[in-house]
Amino acid sequence: METLLKILEELRPDVDFQENKALIDSGELDSFDIVSLVGELSEAFEIEIGAEDIIPENFNSVEAMMALVTKLQED
Amino acid sequence: MIRNIVEYLETTAARLPEKIAFVGKEERLSFGNLLQRSKRIGSYFLRYGKRNVPIAVMTEKTPSSVAAFLGCVYSGNFYTPIDPSMPKERILSIFDTLRPQVLLIDEKSKKAAEHLEYAGETLVLEEIVHTEIAEEALQKVRRTAIDADPLYALFTSGSTGVPKGVVIPHHSVINLVEWYTETFDISEKEIIGNQAPFYFDSSVKDIYAVLKTGATMEIIPKQFFSFPVKLMEYVAEKEINYVDWVPSAFCIVANTGALEKTAPQCLKKIAFCGEIMPTKQYNMWRAKYPHAVFANIYGPTEATVDCTYYIVDREFADDEPLPIGYPCRNTDIFILNGDRLAQAEETGELCIRGRCLAPGYYNNPEKTEEAFIQNPLNPHYPEKIYKTGDMARYNAYGEIVFLARKDHQIKHMGHRIELGEIEAAVNSIDLVENGACIYDEGGQRIVLFYCGKEATQSYILKKLRDKVPKYMFPNVMILLEEMPHTLNSKIDRLRLKEYYDKRVE
Repeated sequence: METLLKILEELRPDVDFQENKALIDSGELDSFDIVSLVGELSEAFEIEIGAEDIIPENFNSVEAMMALVTKLQED
Repeated sequence: MIRNIVEYLETTAARLPEKIAFVGKEERLSFGNLLQRSKRIGSYFLRYGKRNVPIAVMTEKTPSSVAAFLGCVYSGNFYTPIDPSMPKERILSIFDTLRPQVLLIDEKSKKAAEHLEYAGETLVLEEIVHTEIAEEALQKVRRTAIDADPLYALFTSGSTGVPKGVVIPHHSVINLVEWYTETFDISEKEIIGNQAPFYFDSSVKDIYAVLKTGATMEIIPKQFFSFPVKLMEYVAEKEINYVDWVPSAFCIVANTGALEKTAPQCLKKIAFCGEIMPTKQYNMWRAKYPHAVFANIYGPTEATVDCTYYIVDREFADDEPLPIGYPCRNTDIFILNGDRLAQAEETGELCIRGRCLAPGYYNNPEKTEEAFIQNPLNPHYPEKIYKTGDMARYNAYGEIVFLARKDHQIKHMGHRIELGEIEAAVNSIDLVENGACIYDEGGQRIVLFYCGKEATQSYILKKLRDKVPKYMFPNVMILLEEMPHTLNSKIDRLRLKEYYDKRVE
């Protein structure tokens, strides 16, 4: 979780990731952020994020992103 | 001869009144409905008794916002689309230049409008759409309209921090639409999947091609462009067969592997414009759509969206650039080296001549004079050309190839940005002593170097939120003890670039 938060805070230091649970629906993260994020998460957690995982539900909150990372690490 | 862009709508609405013209998330408008709604809005604006004055339209991207634009036209005036998510300071800076007659918003942009605290008159779209149509008065306006009247003014990034409003007359858009719909064989059968925001000039093609031909536009919700599989499923579900998107949208789909999951074959024509389309990602698309028409289109806002195009007709290696091709019909393109024409395969500045040219920037004679100049090849009579600031040359096939920008303008995620505008915003932040930007083309990152130890990165970005749009945010921020300077005391961008390249390694 700490690694994830660090990545997010470096990507968008202006966003409150702890509070915002609708990062996508509120329009806070745009396509540039998602693409950067997918790259960084894949590298940091040594996972492969496939096109089918890149859906809004997996990126709306820190918890959702953590769940995705955990799921992919187990695969 | 058509003189006014709404004649397209009137002809099509008479032919296909029930056919759906624009589809959004919560609304569909037929050509007949669109015509009525545009006239109602236009009739409301008649009360100002003005001609050729700007009306600012700050709405969400909906079918009704097209009616709002056309309402401005019916009243004999022109529109400026404003992005409601744009920071307050930037909108107010645009209004300082534009001095709009009135600001038109919709229910969805009410919050943004409140935050704006604009002192001028503000109208809500939903409250004026029921105005009774003043048919005779509208006719009277039309009788005196000419095709050189302005249709819209679009604001683009300016290097001093003040956005510039490009004024585009009716005849320029008519010139564009006639070429575009014929070249890409657009008819009422087309279902166009729109990506471009309405404050972005690429959308002008989508909108007016629909009005002229009776095609249908599906406004694709913005979020889908972050989620490629969903996007392609949407294309399939709506049976979209024509798309003209910014290259970064195509790249996201290709890079995430979404094409391997789903590549709906309803897509027949695929055009890219707004920035360089990387050949590698183009090839990934081509592999999935071997029979589709692919077109690489180029053009600055000042020359009404498109001025050259290339319909891909041969194979390209991943490291070979896609040419921008040939001039669009009734447009002259030439490459100048100083005051003379560049020789074959010699590099020079791409210049444009023709009906497509904007007369200039709104309330900005200085910038207008810099960019729109007397044709140096014609000393005989007054004739304006537009200097794009883009460096180009002809290749061995006689096609035009885009090489680079002359100055500090960049294309980032399809947006045209002057690095100077970001720097002006950064330098206005109290804790920042000095800031300079470079662009990392390979990594597609805006890199900010700044001095000012007290200014944390989160502080800088939080301050920037009020000044520039999100797409102008630096993607990398590097704190320096001191800014490197050249001998004539300008910021040494080459040294910044070297420093950055070393850091990346």
